[in-house]
Amino acid sequence: MLVARAARSGLGSGLLPGVCSASAAVQTQCARDFASKSSDPSIEVKVRDFGAHRIEPPSTTVTATKSELLGYFELMYKMRRMEIASDMLYKSKLIRGFCHLYDGQEACMVGIGAATTDTDSIITSYRDHCTHLMKKGTVVEVMAELLGRVDGASKGYGGSMHMYKKDTNFYGGNGIVGAQVPLGAGLAFAHKYRDDGGIAMTLYGDGAANQGQLFEALNIAALWDLPCLFICENNHYGMGTSEARGSKSHTFYTRGDYAPGLKVDGMDVLAVKQAISYAKEYALKHGPVVMELDTYRYHGHSMSDPGSTYRTRDEISQMRTQRDPLEHVRRLLLDNNFADASELKKLEKTIKKEVDNAVATAKQSSIPDPADLWKTIYRDPLGAVVKGLDSSVKVQL
Amino acid sequence: VGHYGGSYKVTYDLYKKYGDMRLLDTPICENGFMGMGIGAAMTGLRPIVEGMNMGFLLLAYNQISNNAGMLHYTSGGQYKVPMVIRGPGGVGRQLGAEHSQRLESYFQSIPGVQLVACSTAANAKALLKSAIRSDNPIIFFEHVLLYNVKGETKDGYYQPLEKAEMVRSGRDVTILCYSRMRYVVMQAVAELEKQGYDPEVIDLISLKPFDMEAITNSVKKTKRVIIVEECMKTGGIGASLSATINESCFDDLDHQVVRLSSQDVPTAYAYELEAATIVQPEQVVAAVQRVVGTPVSA
Repeated sequence: MLVARAARSGLGSGLLPGVCSASAAVQTQCARDFASKSSDPSIEVKVRDFGAHRIEPPSTTVTATKSELLGYFELMYKMRRMEIASDMLYKSKLIRGFCHLYDGQEACMVGIGAATTDTDSIITSYRDHCTHLMKKGTVVEVMAELLGRVDGASKGYGGSMHMYKKDTNFYGGNGIVGAQVPLGAGLAFAHKYRDDGGIAMTLYGDGAANQGQLFEALNIAALWDLPCLFICENNHYGMGTSEARGSKSHTFYTRGDYAPGLKVDGMDVLAVKQAISYAKEYALKHGPVVMELDTYRYHGHSMSDPGSTYRTRDEISQMRTQRDPLEHVRRLLLDNNFADASELKKLEKTIKKEVDNAVATAKQSSIPDPADLWKTIYRDPLGAVVKGLDSSVKVQL
Repeated sequence: VGHYGGSYKVTYDLYKKYGDMRLLDTPICENGFMGMGIGAAMTGLRPIVEGMNMGFLLLAYNQISNNAGMLHYTSGGQYKVPMVIRGPGGVGRQLGAEHSQRLESYFQSIPGVQLVACSTAANAKALLKSAIRSDNPIIFFEHVLLYNVKGETKDGYYQPLEKAEMVRSGRDVTILCYSRMRYVVMQAVAELEKQGYDPEVIDLISLKPFDMEAITNSVKKTKRVIIVEECMKTGGIGASLSATINESCFDDLDHQVVRLSSQDVPTAYAYELEAATIVQPEQVVAAVQRVVGTPVSA
């Protein structure tokens, strides 16, 4: 069946399972290929040129299999639906406080996930819901945390900006802009100290790129050859300040000066995967790499920002039609006959249902007990008694 | 801490014994290296981060407060931060305002950190051993002028971080102090004993949380409290402690809680001015005389 498909599609990338000719020898060859590759054909895709600073860029030809592409589509679509669900819950006032949505940037996180393992550590900013998913967290954990319930990623203690997953080395979302960058360098130090073959990825935005502590951490990481990727998710706006108005130099991948840098099309999951794989290998041998993922967020900075006072609606809709990460993968799947439109529609429906169910489950989760207010302040119990709100209440720590 | 051996020689020659991967000389970036220490601690390592002078850690305040202090809480208990943040602080000999800070007053509000102040060779060693082994983030206060104090230490002895130390048992008044003020108080006690007073002196050790058991037991006995601290009057450790004692021991007190604290001024350079900003033994003597009145003979 696959052979017939290959013939029909007429794509000549050379890596499709061989079209069988009449020759017996080739037929045997074909049979072997058929057995091993037919279940998961692959294609070669050309991605945008990388920007490179003090380093040879990786090849712009990326291999991707059908199962990989379907996987990327599924995860990105799940992220997209989850963020849309968060938007709706926020507007119904079930999610409060700050809520920073990631839709538009999905390719960055999925590409990173495709290139790394559970051993690799990641730490990011407050725009962290999709990082939790990438690191094998569940939609229920994200939604329950946003709703402030006990089944949330941080049991309701953290909220939107503070999700964590220890078993896959996700060290959190962080509220203070840029403060996560030195933490990330510390994670890289721990990898080097333990010599465990993992890297640390410390993510920040174009706004955070101007934080002094970033340069402090980079200097130490470069001095000590730490296996750290300093990844700038450049969505071109630090809240309402465009990169041109906020940074004297907005070639963020060159701002590491002495450290090598790579600029990547952050709307293309394959480009991100390629660059991160390459940089990971480099960092393990030579030390930190600064990366710039050129991406875009559809929502405003947070739910209290309509996102239209500092950029045009045309710009947003142009990104959606021309560079949307989901549409890009959809086209690859359809053009290569890895899936047809109805299959993808079915997949989307399934994922939408999954997200809706997750929201429903999260809503059922219980509200944290006020008696647990003191439980996780200290790891070691102190045996001390401290005073509660009106001093007549005493709490044993 | 490494090749230089530490500005007060605290880590002298340790790098020769343990190597450059364990004694790390960092560039001057408190915010940066504090964050790195916290990140490493989150993975389960036990870093000890030194502020060359405690005062410099103001630059790392965000990391200490939001990350060291709060990460265990905001992560719902997933990540612990088993680190020790240490360094010399307090008023030295004419080091100037910026190098004479008492950071315990700034840090005491941070939920999630423990504050410990050592004062003798014995408790410095024993408390630090406990602090390293604790899974909580500990801010460990040393004093610039106490590094030359000699004393007996015990091997393999760990001192509990939350317990105060009884320095001198007495009946007339409870004097609560910590760090260098312990010595100022004991100097005053030498004079007070001559005058027939019998003060009880307790070294707080644990500045957060307070060892309320030891403190309330003492107040029940003496009925009078004088807090002697090097912090400034406004918002110091004494301010919090005084409020707590008022709430807990009101019915046991025969006199308002007296606080002897540094003046609310930047520490001047000139010798006489500097001396005038901090508590001196004569002031402790005067306070005891005022609070206790005529000494009750034994």
